[in-house]
Amino acid sequence: MQTTDIQPGGTRAQRVVTSGDGHRGAEEPQQYLTFMLGDEMFAIGILSIREIIEYGFVTDVPMTPPFIRGVLNLRGAVVPVVDLAVRFGRQPRENSKRTCIVIVDVEADNGRQQQMGVVVDAVNEVLEIAAGDIEPAPEFGARIRNDFIKGMGKIDGKFVVILNLNRVLSVEEVAVIAGVANSATAVSSI
Amino acid sequence: MNLDDALHTFIIEAGELLEEMEAALLRIEQTPDDADTINAIFRAAHTIKGSAGLFGFDHVVSFTHVAESVLDKVRNGLIPISSELVALFLGVGDHLARLIAGAADKAEPDEDVQQAGDELAARLGVYLDPPSPAGGQIGGQVGGQMTVTAEPQAQLDKEGGNGVDAHGVDSDNWHLSLRFGPDVLRNGMDPMSFIRYLGTFGKIVEIVTLADKVPALSELDPEASYLGFEIAFRTEADKATIEGAFEFVRDDALVRILPPHSLISEYQRLIGELPQEELRLGEILVRCGTLTPNELNAALDRQADHPDGPAPPLGEVLVDQKVVQPRVVEAALDKQKQVKESKSAESGLIRVNADNLDEHINLIGELIIASAGASLIAQQTENPVLLEAVARLSRLVEEVRDSALKLRMVQIGATFKRFQRVVRDVSAELGKDIRLEISGGETDLDKTVVEKIGDPLTHLVRNSMDHGIEAAEVRLARGKPAHGTVRLNAFHDSGSIVIEVVDDGGGLPRERILAKAIERGLIKPEQHLSDQEIYQLIFMAGFSTVEQVSNLSGRGVGMDVVRRNITALRGTVDIDSVEGVGTTMRIRLPLTLAIIDGFLVGVNAASFVVPLDMVVECLELSAQQTADSHGRDHLNLRGEVLPFIRLKQLFDVPEPPTPVEVEADDAQGGGDPLPRYGLSTAILTAEGAAALGSDPELAFLLHPVQRENVVVVQYAGRRAGLVVDALMGEFQTVIRPLGEVFNGLDGISGFTILGTGNVALILDVPGLVRRVVRQPNRHGSSSPATVSS
Repeated sequence: MQTTDIQPGGTRAQRVVTSGDGHRGAEEPQQYLTFMLGDEMFAIGILSIREIIEYGFVTDVPMTPPFIRGVLNLRGAVVPVVDLAVRFGRQPRENSKRTCIVIVDVEADNGRQQQMGVVVDAVNEVLEIAAGDIEPAPEFGARIRNDFIKGMGKIDGKFVVILNLNRVLSVEEVAVIAGVANSATAVSSI
Repeated sequence: MNLDDALHTFIIEAGELLEEMEAALLRIEQTPDDADTINAIFRAAHTIKGSAGLFGFDHVVSFTHVAESVLDKVRNGLIPISSELVALFLGVGDHLARLIAGAADKAEPDEDVQQAGDELAARLGVYLDPPSPAGGQIGGQVGGQMTVTAEPQAQLDKEGGNGVDAHGVDSDNWHLSLRFGPDVLRNGMDPMSFIRYLGTFGKIVEIVTLADKVPALSELDPEASYLGFEIAFRTEADKATIEGAFEFVRDDALVRILPPHSLISEYQRLIGELPQEELRLGEILVRCGTLTPNELNAALDRQADHPDGPAPPLGEVLVDQKVVQPRVVEAALDKQKQVKESKSAESGLIRVNADNLDEHINLIGELIIASAGASLIAQQTENPVLLEAVARLSRLVEEVRDSALKLRMVQIGATFKRFQRVVRDVSAELGKDIRLEISGGETDLDKTVVEKIGDPLTHLVRNSMDHGIEAAEVRLARGKPAHGTVRLNAFHDSGSIVIEVVDDGGGLPRERILAKAIERGLIKPEQHLSDQEIYQLIFMAGFSTVEQVSNLSGRGVGMDVVRRNITALRGTVDIDSVEGVGTTMRIRLPLTLAIIDGFLVGVNAASFVVPLDMVVECLELSAQQTADSHGRDHLNLRGEVLPFIRLKQLFDVPEPPTPVEVEADDAQGGGDPLPRYGLSTAILTAEGAAALGSDPELAFLLHPVQRENVVVVQYAGRRAGLVVDALMGEFQTVIRPLGEVFNGLDGISGFTILGTGNVALILDVPGLVRRVVRQPNRHGSSSPATVSS
């Protein structure tokens, strides 16, 4: 298994592992970034990740659901930042030195790409998980909404939740609709 | 020149010409005798036909040709202008637009279009009398030609010409002599296409290609054109039409056109102009069947008689000899003059790709952010030279911004003019007599806004016409003129543009709207609404008070779409209405969508931007005033009630994490001033601060007290106050849209990036007020915050 470490304080994923034999198929192992929320580990496919930045100045946007931390200036573009822990119904956590913002591309249902930042407590590593090592999501017991789970990846004999980012950060769901902006009902329940 | 580019230009130009034609058609209804307007229509049709022929759009050419024939008769006063005729030509214009749109997609017209075209052509045909088979429309013209040829006879007799000369030649073909200049191909013109185009309105009886100029292969420039043509051409078109065919190469090619039955002297002149080819040309003319050998001989003889004299301008000679109708020359001169005029007007204009312009404006946005960052750093360094330089730079950047934004500004007049047609069509459809008045067409606004405002405006105008303006009998009974009036007006007002749609119709039926809203469950019967609020109900989805659904409106879609579109442009719609007198719909839009002048305020550690145009004044909210208001959120502004919003409470702005260390710094006498108080103290030098510190009466300046300020804002004629902590002054604000995630967030209209690189929120004052009104007791204030007018 080939892995690359990502410096938590770095401004970008410095090295990206290239696929071993050059062609990609459904059976080829895919690469995933693993990260921590509290002491739980999650993974997301690296193809949707644009960069990883240090937790910087995030401007609070009032009247939005709690899982929206605010907005961030990413080289002139204003990017919404979502606190994944709160989105999953956990308690918000204090920022630490290892807190990062992972900038990801999310595809809305209308096919448009939207950049978003997700706050994670720490990023671990990029690793490959073979398609055969990915189990379907369990019907319950993962402590997050079922449709957020793309699958359960087996890493070193342990299962890691691989997130379906397009669902977790679904623009339609995250979007602040006038009038319901104040209600926290949009926050997911387990 | 790439052919695709040329085609693109053709399509754009055709669109413009059609617009001109439509405007002229609408004008001609009012002033049927205006020859200029008729000519404008004719010219538009003619030019489209000509250019379409160049591209080989035969269906466009053949259709336009019929229309042009009718127009020609109109121009000659043979057909009077009537509203049916105008309506017919409006239809023709629409059809042409469809054909050209089809041509743009390189698609053949489908059956529907074809059928519509045939129908229009048939209706046009009615005007072309007598309906004899071989295209009777040109009968008159041929007759004219005959009389012209008869006249010179007398003149030439006076000159004492010989017998053969006195008669026109026998051939009744036109003779065209073409010499394409070497640059024709390089300029993107294919000689073949001209000849092909000739075939669309006549028959090429004989053509002889002159290839003598083609050099040896080694010297041949593949991009140059060396060919000449002599053509015998049979057509029933007039000279102007034939000339028109060569309009595009007029500068590059030598074109001689001789009408049928021209005098031999004319051919002689033609031959004389090209002496080196003399003999051959004569032979060619014979071969073309234009001249008989006898005629040629006579011509050559005559040339020998008069070797060469001073050559008067060709046009003059032609008229002098009455070979061409003066009308033709006049038209040609006219045309030339116009081309010149339009050229000089165009020389002031450049077509620019809108994307390039947007990119430019984006860059200027970045420049503004960068310059704000620079001036922030300059203020921190307190270097006066640097400060001065940065100040100069900021001023320039500001000017660059203004001029860049002006590039995007267009006058709204063109959009308004389109409504002439809408009003005309809709009033015909409704059977009402409605006139459109336009004012304020010179008002500028952002191109993006202009593009997006068309649809909502159309809805509003149609709505006014359908629901607003009453039937003629009702109007007369109410003592109003039988014809209704819809007025479009635009003007600038405190940083926004206001567009009004005014009708003198029946006004909004307040009670009916209220009843309908209650019936639909949109409001509760016990709710008490102001007139404004009731009128706003018509913008709710699924709301329509009209019992009968008409073709135009009344389906209850539309008005909600109108409001949504306008809100998306950061605008608002207001309605004023008096029952029985009329309704005014007022759209208020920001001037631009990209960059605004902002006023930066601070609330705890957070910064917000209020559009500067809305700010009326700032005042201190003293402890006394706070106490006087007894916890209510309004204050006494020079005898006026001013409701205010406490941003800190509304936004739940978190307290700054650490208490600010102002005291420690200031105790040492003018230490680093905090950026939050930046503008008030950063201008002080250390000496100045020391001087202030020594003066007991001014010392307070160094210790900015944590006080609250009220920013008084005005919008749509209302005033409100915003309570903030710090006033940080003007700030050039580059607007970043909210994006999909935050769209619909009431009270915030966008983001901007501060000089520090942090993101600040741009406040949307009307939205804030809406929000507060909706949740009056959210923060426990004892009276709902309302807005004074």
